[in-house]
Amino acid sequence: MDRIALGSALITGTGLGCMYGLVALGYYVTYAASRTVNFAQGVPLMIGAVLVFALTNQLHWPVWAASLAAVGACAVFGLLVERLAVRPFVRRGSESWLMATIAVGLVMENIVLFTFGRDPRGLRNSLNDVGFDLGGLRITALQILIPVAGLLIAALLSSIVRSTRVGRELRAVALNPAAAQLMGVDPARIIALSYALSGALAGIAGVLIAPLYTVSAGMGTMFGIKAFAAAILGGIGGAWSVMLGGLVLGLAEAVIVAWAGSTYAQLIAFLLVIAVLALRPIGLFGRAVAQKV
Amino acid sequence: MRTAFSTFRLRTVGFALAAGLLTPVAMAQDIKVGLVAALTGQSAQSGEAITRGLTIAIEQINARGGLLGRKVVLVRRDDESSPPKGVAAARELISSEKVSALFGGIDTPVSLAITPIANQSRTPFISVWAAGTGITVNGANPNYVFRVSAQDDLVDIALVRYASSRFGAKKPGLVLVNNAWGESNDKGLRAAAAAAKVELAGVEKIEMNDVDVTPQLSRLRNAGADALILVANAAPGAQMMKSRERMGWKVPVVSHWGISGGRFDELVGPSASDAHFVQTYSFFAPPNETGKAVMAELSSRYGVKGPADVIAPVGTANAYDAMRLLGIAIERAKSTEGDAIRKAMEDIDQYVGLIKTYKRPFSATDHEGLAPEDYVMVQYEGSRIVPVK
Repeated sequence: MDRIALGSALITGTGLGCMYGLVALGYYVTYAASRTVNFAQGVPLMIGAVLVFALTNQLHWPVWAASLAAVGACAVFGLLVERLAVRPFVRRGSESWLMATIAVGLVMENIVLFTFGRDPRGLRNSLNDVGFDLGGLRITALQILIPVAGLLIAALLSSIVRSTRVGRELRAVALNPAAAQLMGVDPARIIALSYALSGALAGIAGVLIAPLYTVSAGMGTMFGIKAFAAAILGGIGGAWSVMLGGLVLGLAEAVIVAWAGSTYAQLIAFLLVIAVLALRPIGLFGRAVAQKV
Repeated sequence: MRTAFSTFRLRTVGFALAAGLLTPVAMAQDIKVGLVAALTGQSAQSGEAITRGLTIAIEQINARGGLLGRKVVLVRRDDESSPPKGVAAARELISSEKVSALFGGIDTPVSLAITPIANQSRTPFISVWAAGTGITVNGANPNYVFRVSAQDDLVDIALVRYASSRFGAKKPGLVLVNNAWGESNDKGLRAAAAAAKVELAGVEKIEMNDVDVTPQLSRLRNAGADALILVANAAPGAQMMKSRERMGWKVPVVSHWGISGGRFDELVGPSASDAHFVQTYSFFAPPNETGKAVMAELSSRYGVKGPADVIAPVGTANAYDAMRLLGIAIERAKSTEGDAIRKAMEDIDQYVGLIKTYKRPFSATDHEGLAPEDYVMVQYEGSRIVPVK
């Protein structure tokens, strides 16, 4: 394999992997708090990208303000998903939240399609114009920022879950909601918070990936699916395992593209996921937890 | 409350009954023509451009009394660039809407899937953008599929020739989207290169959702490619151009026209102008009388201020001429029956169109309305598509 192709694959793979990881962290936090996930987790990614495009290109907001507003809106979307598509079903002991989250995602995708428009749009970002040459390959500031941001957020989240009061409450709710409530923890608040965080994480991924990709109503679907695969591949029980799962998937995809072309990338990558899970059902980096009965 | 609701319901039922009795009579008088094209998704601009061309032609026809004394109505369906959805839409238009003819959109895979349905149902099907050779050269006899657009095999010859003559390319590399359209051009470009005795550096495939095309481009650069021939729609084509820019590779790019079906200029940025691509018409060319009339309609109906504002120009130009040719055929046939229209299409004598003056554009064995001498090479200048200087 050519040195430049491999170098490019590693950079692209790391960036994409961190994006998968960021979206997959959203699966992790809600799963940790409530054993439920937003199966349309690609939608807040799309909302983040679409909003930052609309606010910067059409309303001429500065990028930082547009990014903050977009991530905030994604957090609100996460809250809405929990309130409308998860809580009513979980309260009744139904598993229909699974379908309801997909339905909310489809509705949102169509709303964006009709309001934002049908065309994929291109978002320019000055971080894409700044960079340096390394061995004949141009590396942009954005390509550096994406993995750095992804890994920092994973570290921050892991630290919050381990060391802060909110993190302890989240773990308590995950272990035993009834006992946590007796100890003064409000499970409903913690679960809502986890969904808001989940939406925000996907929104950050959307804001970061938008300049490298095309912005459209359908852009989140494949990211959502791959992020779920990443969460399962890494092991959905921990922030780092989820992020590492994303990195492994992203790098595997990029190296396969460099080696065999993009035609076979998804085929081989998902076959690898199946093979890994067959050999290690708890994921590559997951830890088996003993259940007390 | 209940009374008000009942009154509302009665009125609604009455209106529905009246509409039900009256509408079929009004609809039966119309000649319906169908369009199955990408109206949403990555190639939505192409669908809009085709709609504009067809609408302008239909309005002009209707302003002169319609066809056979009947009004012409366009019925559109969105295929979302998906062959199964295109097939379902074509079947519905033929069996439920009873369209007299169908027009196709930008996507070769969709048009290839509709072709057998058109031939089985004896419904004339006119491709106004999709260039896949197999759409018209489909082995059916009689063949109900026509094209007022470029044909891949002929475009491929033109692209290889242009890469050699304009850029002195001796070893071009091919970058093809991984679908039926890419496949069609894979064969055509290999044949064109072999005929021109041009060695190919390699053939690379790209996907519709590729984020980075650097690996494919690196392989072509290492193989000694001195030009790239691109066959892709706007979004994947843009990803290829961005990867080329990131590599700092100033290799010339000669492209098929799929990149003009979306916001290629916005997706790529300033280097979009590096791609020279094929079109069947440029609104920047000195217009004939038909061109002036179409431009005036584009201006009044869609707020187009000048040639620079015409989105996806070939879609509008091809669709306009195709609809006018279909109109001539229906008048000649004195019928909206599929077989009569087909024979009349093959027998059209002359039509002064937007793209050119068509002289016996179709025959029983040749259903291509345009030829390589009708192609023009263009490039982006900002958001404008202008002839290459």
